Amino acid sequence: MNYQWNWGVFLQPSASGDDTYLGWMFAGFKMTIGLSLSAWVIALLLGALVGVLRTVPNKVLAGFATAYVEMFRNVPLLVQLFIWYFVLPELLPASIGDAYKQSNPVMQQFLASMICLGLFTSARVAEQVRAGIYSLPRGQKNAGLALGFTLPQTYRFVMLPMAFRLVVPPLTSEFLNIFKNSAVCSTIGLLELAAQGRQLVDYTAQPFESFIAVTLSYIIINVTVMTLMHKFERRIAVPGYIGGK
Amino acid sequence: MIKITNVSKHYGDFKVLTDCTTSVSKGEVIVVCGPSGSGKSTLIKCVNGLEPFQAGEIFVDGTSVGDPKTNLSKLRAKVGMVFQNFELFPHMSITQNLAIAQVKVLGRSQEEAMDKGLKLLDRVGLKAQAAKFPGQLSGGQQQRVAIARALAMDPICMLFDEPTSALDPEMVNEVLDVMTELAHEGMTMMCVTHEMGFAKRVADRVIFMDQGHIVEDDSKEEFFANPRSERAQQFLAKILHH
Repeated sequence: MNYQWNWGVFLQPSASGDDTYLGWMFAGFKMTIGLSLSAWVIALLLGALVGVLRTVPNKVLAGFATAYVEMFRNVPLLVQLFIWYFVLPELLPASIGDAYKQSNPVMQQFLASMICLGLFTSARVAEQVRAGIYSLPRGQKNAGLALGFTLPQTYRFVMLPMAFRLVVPPLTSEFLNIFKNSAVCSTIGLLELAAQGRQLVDYTAQPFESFIAVTLSYIIINVTVMTLMHKFERRIAVPGYIGGK
Repeated sequence: MIKITNVSKHYGDFKVLTDCTTSVSKGEVIVVCGPSGSGKSTLIKCVNGLEPFQAGEIFVDGTSVGDPKTNLSKLRAKVGMVFQNFELFPHMSITQNLAIAQVKVLGRSQEEAMDKGLKLLDRVGLKAQAAKFPGQLSGGQQQRVAIARALAMDPICMLFDEPTSALDPEMVNEVLDVMTELAHEGMTMMCVTHEMGFAKRVADRVIFMDQGHIVEDDSKEEFFANPRSERAQQFLAKILHH
C-alpha cells in the first residue's frame, strides 16, 4: 500500500475558505453532541412515561404504550428517519408544511433527526424501565398500597426510585447507542461527525486521517459518557444493596 | 371491626377461597393457620383490598372493602399490614421509611412524623439504627421496623401475613415479642402464622383453613384441646411435634 500520510491536513484552510479542516471536524463533533443530547432528553422523558404506562393496570393506557413501543422498535432507524424527513412534512397541513419546507435546511435536518432519534430511543428506554419495574419484588407495591398510598403515589415514592436505580446500567448503553446511532442522520445531509469525516475525504483524499479522527472523537464521547454514568451510578447507590456501601 | 361474610375468590376455575365467613372484634387477636396453599394469605390480603374477591362481603370498621365506590387508600391507611418479606423501602433510611406515609398520606409535618417514628423505633428497640438503611439491618430488625412503620399510621387494626416465615430461627422471637406486647396492649390483630406457641400464648381465637375453606373457627383452648376436623388434627400433630 502506498499511502501518503499527512496529519497536517487538519490545519490546512478548508475548501469553504473560512475555516480549517479541523474546524469542520469540530463543527461535526458539536453537531453530534447537540443532536444526541437533545434526542436523549426526549428519549428519557417519553421512555420513562411509556415504560411506566406499560405496567399500569389500566388496559387502555397499557395497550397504547405497548403499541408505541412495538411501532418504534420494529421499524429500522434509517426508515424512520426517511419518514420523518421526507414523508411527514408532506402530510402536514399545507400552511405548516410549506413554512417548514421554507425554513433553514439545517434546522429541518436537525429537527427531523432529533425527533427520530429521540422517539426511536424512547421505545428502547421504555423497555428498560418496564423491566426495572417488573424486577422489583411484588410485595413492594403492596407495601406502598397497604400504607394508604394511591397507585400514583406508590409509583412515585416506592417503585420508581428503586426501578430507576436498577436500570441505570442498561440506560447507560442506550445513552451510548444514541451517540452512535446519530451517525445515521448523515444520510439526510445533516453535517454531524460522520458526515464531516466523509466530506473531508472528498476534499482532501486523506481517508485514514479523517476516519481515525472521527473514530477517536466517538471514543472520546463514549468514554466520557461511561465515566460520568459510572460516577452517577455510585452516587445513587443504596446502602446495603448491590453497588452500595 | 372486621367482618368477612361468604367471601369466595377464584382464578379461572381454581378456587382460592370458598365461602369464608368470620369476624374479628375490637381488641381481639386472631391467628389464621393452615397448610400452604390453603388461602390464608389470600384471605388476609382481601381484608385491605390488596386481593380482589368475586363474591361475598368484607367490612372493615363499617366500610365495605369490595364496594367499587370505597376509597381503598383511605381505608388501608387505617389498617396496618406486615408482610412476610418485610418490604421496607430500600432506598430510604429507617426514619424515612417510618415517616413518609405519615407525611404523604396523613398530612403530618416532617418533624411530627420523625418524632413519632423515633418513638416507635425506640419501642421496638431499634433507636440506634435510625440513620441506617434497610439493607444494613438483619431480617428480624427489618421486620420490627416494618411493624413500627405500620404502627406509625395509628392503625385501628393490624394484619400480619406470615411475619416470621422469612426469618432465621434465632430472630423469630424478637419479632414475636413485639407482636405479643402489641396484643397485650389491646391491638386488634389478625395474624397468619405457623407459630403455634404464639397462638397459644396470645390468640383469642384460631382459624384453621384448608383448600380455601375455613375449617375451624374456635377459641384457642378448644382448637388446641380438641380440634373437630380430621385435617386440623393431622396439621396439629405434625406441627406440634417439635
